[in-house]
Amino acid sequence: MFATCTDPSQLEGLSWLLCYLTSGKHMLFYGSFLVVLALMLITAPVALAFGFGGALAARSHITPLRWLGKGYTAMVRGVPDIVFFLFVPVALDQGLEYIRHLWKCPPTGQPVWANGEFNVCAAAKIPLSTSPQIWHEAYGFALAVVAFSVVFGAFAANVLYGAMNAVPRAQLETAEAYGMTHRQVSRRILIPQMWTYALPGLSNLWMILIKATPLLFLLGVEDIVYWARELGSTKSQIYAYPHPDWRVWYFLGLLCYYLAMTRVSEIVLSRLTAKLSRGQATMAGEAQRKMAGGAGA
Amino acid sequence: MKKLILTTAALALCTGFAMADTVRMGTEGAYPPYNFINDKGEVDGFERELGDTLCEKAGLTCEWVTNEWDSIIPNLLSGNYDTIIAGMSITDERMETIAFSQNYYPPAASAYVAMKPDADLTGVVAAQVGTIQADYVAKSGATLLEFATLDDTVAAVKNGEADAVFADKDALAPFVTEGGEMGWAGADVPLGGGIGIGMRKSDTELKGKFDAVITEMKADGSLNTMIKKWFGDDAATF
Repeated sequence: MFATCTDPSQLEGLSWLLCYLTSGKHMLFYGSFLVVLALMLITAPVALAFGFGGALAARSHITPLRWLGKGYTAMVRGVPDIVFFLFVPVALDQGLEYIRHLWKCPPTGQPVWANGEFNVCAAAKIPLSTSPQIWHEAYGFALAVVAFSVVFGAFAANVLYGAMNAVPRAQLETAEAYGMTHRQVSRRILIPQMWTYALPGLSNLWMILIKATPLLFLLGVEDIVYWARELGSTKSQIYAYPHPDWRVWYFLGLLCYYLAMTRVSEIVLSRLTAKLSRGQATMAGEAQRKMAGGAGA
Repeated sequence: MKKLILTTAALALCTGFAMADTVRMGTEGAYPPYNFINDKGEVDGFERELGDTLCEKAGLTCEWVTNEWDSIIPNLLSGNYDTIIAGMSITDERMETIAFSQNYYPPAASAYVAMKPDADLTGVVAAQVGTIQADYVAKSGATLLEFATLDDTVAAVKNGEADAVFADKDALAPFVTEGGEMGWAGADVPLGGGIGIGMRKSDTELKGKFDAVITEMKADGSLNTMIKKWFGDDAATF
């Protein structure tokens, strides 16, 4: 990055460290922090949407839909997460490629799955072998987002299902007495009121999501844990910047990063809880009313 | 007629892509000097130079991909990349699932490294998971301790978790010559049938191309020059 860094073997002390920390490989490491942030920020709303759909399906009056919603939450909650993280991307990738294979490939008479190999013609590959590496990485990232969303969506569905049941029945009955339809009751009364009950569960999920991001590494996405391990491992003279095993320092850095992320999340979530409790028929809402009343008197 | 045109178009499309011939080269990137990620963040090492030369001579466009050692064979089979060029020894067990090109590196010695030369080699021995060395340790009667990367196995010896580490001698050499605290223990063990490029069994055309170019490079001596450049003048050659 700097002109002085052209010959690292001549450098010492602070200038060596400065050049070391700005090497191309370190830039990839810093970039991977953005990958992790992007994963959290994309996964959270997608998982919430999965959860919302799952919860509404589980409460549905249509029996098959209710089975679907309940089956989804029961299945994902019952099977170890790691199985889903490994299974969903592979199944999705091969499934998509198989569909494209049926559509794009001339019939060869060869089975797609044979001898443990998965063979589709070159035109059916996603992305194509000829496309630049960045597309392969983006595709891997997208598969990871789906895997995370499926797993976290099931937990969110259960949280939201519980929250919807926790909204006092009297509130809904009053709305019905005003002549609102089932749909209107859901939209105007049930959903706005359930958030205050859902937030503790959802905030737990968000914290778990932050700490689950190193699983990206399992899915072949080069995340911060991959780079910390790669950069920290012993570097012999074959590298431009040789050093002994420094993994402990890189992992300490990651520890600070995760602590900072969870701390910031806690602050934001506690503000959100206070905001959502306003005017609610809950203990937190009651406490806020008393505070406001006391100040007025 | 319409169907015929469609089929021809589809065929043309497929062969069009086949002619572009991009070969995705899968490697681990954590086994210097065979393959490693250099300070620019690119794949580097003996296998990078060899792979690029092979592709150039065979008229292929090659793209480098890194993958964990642990899942390197399953991901080849599911088509994430087309070759494994990652210091992988040719063994009968691996030949059951994948095909290998002829070897581009002669059968290499494996060696033990320990904190003291008289370490107990039948005690706890660390090795990288899924390697021929791990296989050997398990059969030698020692207690095998497996790790995901070579670096982890060496760290296990340094912190006393294992009595010795058993791995490819060339890959272990920097830890002995540069580290200072560890040394060779016991005698070298010749293992495997040399190192070759792993490919899907169905990719016979690709295997033919690589085999032809490797034969050519063995004959004109350029492969030996490359081996000496990366492994020193004492390295085994063809």
